[in-house]
Amino acid sequence: MASRLHEGKRSDPLRHVVQRMVPNHGSIGLRALICALLSICAAASIRPISDAHRSAALDLFVPSGGLFQSLEETYEALRTFQILGVGNFSDIGPATCPVIIDNLTSPASSPKDLFDAIRVNSILECQIGSQTFKDVAEKFQDLIKSTDKLMNFYYSILGLLHVKAQGVSVVLPDAEGVFYSIKALSQNDGRWQYDSNNAESSTCAAGIALEALAGVVSLADIELVQSKIGTIKHDIVKLFDSINSYDDGTLYFEEKHIDGSEYKGPLATTASVVRGASAFAAIVSEKLNIPGDKLVGIAKFLLSVGVPSSTKDLFNQIDSLSHIENNRISIPLILSLPSTVLSLTSKDQLEVEVTTVFGSAAPPLTVNLVRASSSDVKNNPILENQELQFDTEKNVHYLDILPLKIDIGKYTLEFEISLHDPENLNTYATGGHAHSLIFLTGLVKVDKSQIGIYDTDSESSASMLKLDFFKDDKISLVANHLQKLHLSFQLFTPLGNTIKPHQAFLKLRHESKVEHIFALESSSRQYKIILDFLALVEKFYYLSGRYDIELAVGDAAMENSFLHVLGYIDLDLPEPPERASRPPSLSVDPYARFGPKQEISHIFRAPETRPPKELSLAFLAFTLVPLGGFVIGARVLVDGFHFDAQTKATFISHCFLSMSILVSVQLLTLGVNLKSFPSSSVHALFSLLFHAGIAAILLLYVLFWLKLDLFTTLKVLGLIGVFLIFVGHRTLSCLASTSAGKVKTN
Amino acid sequence: MAKSSSSDAQALIRSLRSAYAATPTKLKIIDLYVVYAITTAVIQIVYMGIVGSFPFNSFLSGILSCVGTAVLAVCLRIQVNKENKEFKDLSPERAFADFVLCNLVLHLVIMNFLG
Repeated sequence: MASRLHEGKRSDPLRHVVQRMVPNHGSIGLRALICALLSICAAASIRPISDAHRSAALDLFVPSGGLFQSLEETYEALRTFQILGVGNFSDIGPATCPVIIDNLTSPASSPKDLFDAIRVNSILECQIGSQTFKDVAEKFQDLIKSTDKLMNFYYSILGLLHVKAQGVSVVLPDAEGVFYSIKALSQNDGRWQYDSNNAESSTCAAGIALEALAGVVSLADIELVQSKIGTIKHDIVKLFDSINSYDDGTLYFEEKHIDGSEYKGPLATTASVVRGASAFAAIVSEKLNIPGDKLVGIAKFLLSVGVPSSTKDLFNQIDSLSHIENNRISIPLILSLPSTVLSLTSKDQLEVEVTTVFGSAAPPLTVNLVRASSSDVKNNPILENQELQFDTEKNVHYLDILPLKIDIGKYTLEFEISLHDPENLNTYATGGHAHSLIFLTGLVKVDKSQIGIYDTDSESSASMLKLDFFKDDKISLVANHLQKLHLSFQLFTPLGNTIKPHQAFLKLRHESKVEHIFALESSSRQYKIILDFLALVEKFYYLSGRYDIELAVGDAAMENSFLHVLGYIDLDLPEPPERASRPPSLSVDPYARFGPKQEISHIFRAPETRPPKELSLAFLAFTLVPLGGFVIGARVLVDGFHFDAQTKATFISHCFLSMSILVSVQLLTLGVNLKSFPSSSVHALFSLLFHAGIAAILLLYVLFWLKLDLFTTLKVLGLIGVFLIFVGHRTLSCLASTSAGKVKTN
Repeated sequence: MAKSSSSDAQALIRSLRSAYAATPTKLKIIDLYVVYAITTAVIQIVYMGIVGSFPFNSFLSGILSCVGTAVLAVCLRIQVNKENKEFKDLSPERAFADFVLCNLVLHLVIMNFLG
């Protein structure tokens, strides 16, 4: 797209308009927006391959020390240089040949590596022994026998073709079988699969398969049965039926299924199909049934890319265009305009070039301008059926437009090419009607311009001053808020018609740099504006003083768009009331907003006062005192009870157990069972377990407070609880039975 | 009159003491436990009075644990006391088991609320 803006000397009429309209505002964005809009609105002004492509090729394909990044890129670079006729192979050869030899002889090379190496070698022609070629040919032949993937067939068959071109005799085993295997992967809509597992069909794969099939036929060198070739021709026709088109008549191929990792854009897909179709067309005896218009559409698509900015795109474009240029079906002829902006002032002529895609001369032909219509009013054509004359020196067809009395503006032209020699129709394709968009620019005359102040009551224009925009006098006016400002003028094209320009603005700027912009209205013959200051008092922020008056008028077709300072006006406005809005303060430096901001000091809530540590520890001790009191008191009470040493021991151990469990300030523990302890050993075990269970639960609680969460605690509590219930039941039932026995005995 | 009131008070206290001495030891232990729990609660209240109630949940959980366990002990005392005709059928072991279980549940809640 960017290339369209560089074509011709004055291909961007809006650019100088924009530069005059926005001189001091630094609004790069506005300029870019207008340029972008222009490039979107313009039809595809296609140009054939030119020196711009050649210099781009030298800029993009840059070897470092004679080596490119990969052998694939090396092949792309060399082929592009070969087709365009540029580039120096002398330093690439010595650096790349060792890499090629390394790839061809190494046993770990993949089929793709071998293929890349052998096709780079066919351009560079390194010194390689024939034994290496024979080994490579053998590897390819083994691969053909063992594989069923399309890419492997492609690499091996085309690799064998390159090996054969080196003079080594190559035999393709079972050519018919290979042909069938490749054909088996084809689909109903003319596309191919990459292998039998992959269900999706791909257009790129179709191009690759056609190249591979053409390779099979040329390697095998047998006359394949016409029916087989017929089915392939049928597939090619179906493939070309699935072609997509843009609005401007360009045609391209695209993948139907878009797989994220493997997606190749329309350029790569179209290039693949073109390579395949032209390779197949070269080996069959009669022509393929593809209409020439489709080839012209594809050629236009490839040229409309302009000058690509990536190496792969440039290679795809140049390689496929070279196939189109040299194909046997029909060679497309491209109609292009060297300059799409014509000036009536400098008496330009409409010039049209008809060439092949690489800019070579076309056979004798005539260009006819079928219709020229204004872009605004589509249905009424301005011109019809004008034949262009041919200039043999400059090799262009031209038309003198001055005598035709066409006014300035934007026009859509429709051309038709007719070949002189009807025999050439078989070789060349003209592609129907070609559309193009041009601008006619000229000088616009400003007439009857006047400015004046008048009172609201009297409509008379007694005090109107005549203005001349192109002289340097500045007018000075005085007005108060009860008066009105009146400005009017008329615009005429070179042919005397009125024109409605794209922009007509009046700007009033105060001394304090506050600006107000008004759009001018157009009536039947003139542009005028009436500023009623009474209504505008509030909009002007009640600022009195001197206002500079500027008028801006501009159009794409106007060569003398202008921005004039007409003079100044001293406005006397009333005092602002208290509630009036202030004018916006202009920032000194518009980039100051990106500087550091004021530091924010956060206000935090004051934290709660905590007691001193010693006090808390003192009260911790105090809390434990009643426990001690309880333990001592219980001992005193129990002292009167009879108990044996075991009971005493368990009692004391219970005291220690309960003391050790206490860890926090507000924790109370109950761990001591001071009932009488059973004496029998079985029951003793159960009661011991009972006490252990309770101790475990209390320990779990302590852990819960320290670090566990509720869910873990509940889970463990459930487990211990079940155990405790069982043990406790046994203990207490034993105890109950013994006490019942005691009561009975008592 | 003061003399008689003070001597009445002394006589009252003396009779209370002698009557209390007659209670079984088990019940005395339970009474001592209740006194212990309430004392701890009082100490916590005094502490809160000094330092303020900032972690209020901790204060509440401490008080509640003391008061709760005292209440459960009182229930145990009622159920275990042989002179209580209502709970004649309830064995003291069963009452003790209830006491232990309720204490464990109470302390789980307390630990959760302690924070």
